[in-house]
Amino acid sequence: MNRSLPYLILLVAVIWLGSLWIPKTTKADDFDVSAFSCLPVLTGGRIKPLDTVARNSLLIMSRKQTLKLASGESMSASRWLAELWFNPRVADTYPTFYVANQEVLGMFGWPQADKRYCTFAELLPKLQKIDEEGRAAADKNAKERSPFEVAIYDLRNSLLLYQQLELSIHWHGTENFGKEIDTYAATLAAATAKLNQSQTPPDKDQTALLRSAAARYEQQANATNVLAVSPPAGGKEGDWRSTGAALMHLGAAQAIPASLAAFADLSDAFRAQDAATFSRVAKEYSGWFSIAHPEWTGRTHFEQLFNQVEPFYQGMVLYVAAFLLACSSWLVCPRSLRKTALLLLMLAFAVHSFGMFSRMYLQSRPPVTNLYSSAIFVGWGAAIIAMVLESLFRYGIGTACASVVGFVTLLIAHNLGSNGDTLEMQQAVLDSNLWLATHVVVITLGYSAMLLAGVLALTYVLVGLVTTKLTRELAQMLASMVYGVMCFATLFSFVGTVLGGIWADQSWGRFWGWDPKENGALLIVLWCALILHARWGGMIRQRGLMAMVICGNAITAFSWFGVNMLGIGLHTYGFMSKAFPWLMSFVVLQVLLALLTRLPASRWRSFRHAERRVLTAAGFDAPV
Amino acid sequence: MKTALRSLLVTLASLRLTVVCLSTALVLVLVGTLAQVNLNPVEVQRLYFQSWFIWWSAPSGGFSLPVFPGGHFIGAVLLLNLMGAHISRFVWSWRKAGIQLTHLGLIIMLAGGLATDLFSVSSHMYLRQGETKNYSDDDARTELAVTELTLGETNPVIAIPGEVLAACGSTSHVTLPFKVVVKGFYPNADLQMLGQENGPSIPAASNGAGAQVGLKPLPPVSDMNKRNQTCALVEIIPNKDGKSLGTWLVSVAIDQAQDFEVDGRRWSLELRFARYYKDYSLSLISFTHEIYPGTEIPKNFSSKVTLADAQHHEARQVQIYMNHPLRYLGDTYYQSGFQSDNSGTILQVVRNPSYQAPYISCIIVSLGLLMQFTYHLVGFARRTNAASAP
Repeated sequence: MNRSLPYLILLVAVIWLGSLWIPKTTKADDFDVSAFSCLPVLTGGRIKPLDTVARNSLLIMSRKQTLKLASGESMSASRWLAELWFNPRVADTYPTFYVANQEVLGMFGWPQADKRYCTFAELLPKLQKIDEEGRAAADKNAKERSPFEVAIYDLRNSLLLYQQLELSIHWHGTENFGKEIDTYAATLAAATAKLNQSQTPPDKDQTALLRSAAARYEQQANATNVLAVSPPAGGKEGDWRSTGAALMHLGAAQAIPASLAAFADLSDAFRAQDAATFSRVAKEYSGWFSIAHPEWTGRTHFEQLFNQVEPFYQGMVLYVAAFLLACSSWLVCPRSLRKTALLLLMLAFAVHSFGMFSRMYLQSRPPVTNLYSSAIFVGWGAAIIAMVLESLFRYGIGTACASVVGFVTLLIAHNLGSNGDTLEMQQAVLDSNLWLATHVVVITLGYSAMLLAGVLALTYVLVGLVTTKLTRELAQMLASMVYGVMCFATLFSFVGTVLGGIWADQSWGRFWGWDPKENGALLIVLWCALILHARWGGMIRQRGLMAMVICGNAITAFSWFGVNMLGIGLHTYGFMSKAFPWLMSFVVLQVLLALLTRLPASRWRSFRHAERRVLTAAGFDAPV
Repeated sequence: MKTALRSLLVTLASLRLTVVCLSTALVLVLVGTLAQVNLNPVEVQRLYFQSWFIWWSAPSGGFSLPVFPGGHFIGAVLLLNLMGAHISRFVWSWRKAGIQLTHLGLIIMLAGGLATDLFSVSSHMYLRQGETKNYSDDDARTELAVTELTLGETNPVIAIPGEVLAACGSTSHVTLPFKVVVKGFYPNADLQMLGQENGPSIPAASNGAGAQVGLKPLPPVSDMNKRNQTCALVEIIPNKDGKSLGTWLVSVAIDQAQDFEVDGRRWSLELRFARYYKDYSLSLISFTHEIYPGTEIPKNFSSKVTLADAQHHEARQVQIYMNHPLRYLGDTYYQSGFQSDNSGTILQVVRNPSYQAPYISCIIVSLGLLMQFTYHLVGFARRTNAASAP
């Protein structure tokens, strides 16, 4: 029984994971939202499924990827998007906007209780006020905005996004879009034919219709960022158009583009509550697209699946499970629990890897391209190093530490991902897969190693202070692990930093410019060098090593995030003032934890009655 | 004496000194990073990293005190420490080979960094479509070009360096039949047409373009992306009669030629950025600025140029774009920017004789660290295996 238990638990976890892959089936009388969510559009420089557009937009507005309706039911992002596009007056009554700032609620004259989600209809009368206040906040430097200004600025941006998104297919009041575009195309053809045949201008009604339609389409084209009209087979990425632009540039004898016709049918079927037609059109359009553009289809379908599976969320759950099991293994059933923990860690790692490689496939890029993906990669790298440690030492410590780092970095990534699309396009200077694959990957592995060493050092301190379990062997083992991981941190940080310098030399003509991010990397290298030299010189022993490595956490965090928060330099790709208090508390906490190592031996439960050689190795003055 | 020297050498080569240097460097880098919140990077570099000491100035002014070692100081001590340790403790063994190699690489890097600081020169080449140039501009320095127009194609040019102008004296040259007297020099200034509402009312100079504009001195810009509009007010006094021809305002912001006549020969004045002439020329064929579809995010900037060098029989087309510079005869051309109307390109030109040091050093240090850590890891794995074997 004991032997098979780990595999049984693994099997349960695998079945649970597998269940998430099965696409949700739609009832015959309901809209096939799943097919709709796979439909491609081009926005933000990339072709993506509507599912991604819907989730990211909803994430910005409501901070969640699903909508919680007033009735308590939840609605998928794609269904919400369909409602917003095709039936906006209904979507306006959904609680879409997250407003938690008391001052903002007060400004609206609403009770400052827990009113958190507002509908567009509720905000409509306050639009002007929000716009004024939001503009004032926008004029200020991001660093100088008060919490109220941040909230109103975010709300204004959410509202702008909502209004832009709403116009992606057609104008708000449209009753029958299919008929509208057919009439438009027919009138255009008739008017042109008349002009060509008899050189007479079109009659008044025709002119009026064409004029007003063209004006509306132009306004629409200017407003939206979503290019929903795909080029015909053989077209390039640059040929995508918004519906407004496609109608504006419709030639007289030209047929209405397939995607435009499909969206028109979807829109009309949705408003008519005709689920069967809606589902059929979505499937047909999807089929047309996969024949016309096989080169783009694989990715959009895969991305929809990737969104649905949410691998990073599953990874987090598994990391927590692995951590708890590894900890329990030190109390009961050491062998089987340790094995289970390791198996779950490997599963978590597999899911984590799947997520990371999926992103690489979708983006055709190396793993780290922005702050969000760096967080994902840090955890991934730490998990690898920790699994190597576990195979060397087999004590469960590697598993526990890997799961902590994996969980925490995925949590950080989750919070960094709330600003919209995390698969964004790369600025010109960053558009180099060679350097992204070398410099960025290596330096991020350096962060992984630093943080893993930090967690190992914390284990030493906490276990030593609170329990009696830090024996001579365990202390020695932890010290070896920390030293080994630090060596790798030094290697990765140094090589990564120098490669960064070489990239800078290639693109800006200088190897080193004392830019904050460069300095941050240098700080890590210097700190590593300092630790290694102090240890070689006998200036620090176990406790000193642990204290310095714990402080290394603070330095890594500063270099990873802090320099972005200064809002200066060439690497300000991820300015986030909101996280600043978190970073500061993290840094202070690490320093305090490092200071704990200075407590006298009598305060360490593990060292209270320890032998002399244990105390010497830990760096206490030997008792007389 | 001998023992004193010996103990100095021992200190210089000690690990303790390394630790002190590394700690000091750590503090310096941290402070120098935080300082960039309020100061521009160039200023911070000068004050903290490219200096021997960081100076604290008394608020009342008057005196300043060195309060912390600067980047050059720490770098130099670290370099001495490294070399001292190498010399005094060098023993060849496989166990130590990795460390020796690492430190050798670091010496190359530090020395290369020092050489870059001392010898590298950076300038810009501004090219409009179809334009050919055989020189680049130094944005930080200016010169006054005095050209004789009478001689047609082969105009001889006398360039008076900005430093001479800044001293505000009188300059003459054997080939010039007149003296140039600098009446004023403004590192940065705003020029405005006369007669505008709330505008200036006094002309800056008596002749040329300066007669229509007023001048308002400004502090030099600190933003790296802006250029100073340097101006100077010069008076021309012919040698023959010593009677002034009047004053001219010269400025990098004034494009039109300003000419005058002395002894029946015509001359022109132009204040321009100091030029570095090359033995070859570049012409811009086209500049492209790509963006991602449906966004404003720049995808690539790229300049197609012709490189022509008669001396080396080179005539070829080169594409200079992000992360792909052109290296030619010790100069490196980087895609740095573009004219606001997309009609031309701005190339950064760097001449850095030690640009290869980081490349070499990176390879050596990586090898060294890898060797050292692999050595440790293998030894460690062997020991654990031996310990766990029954």
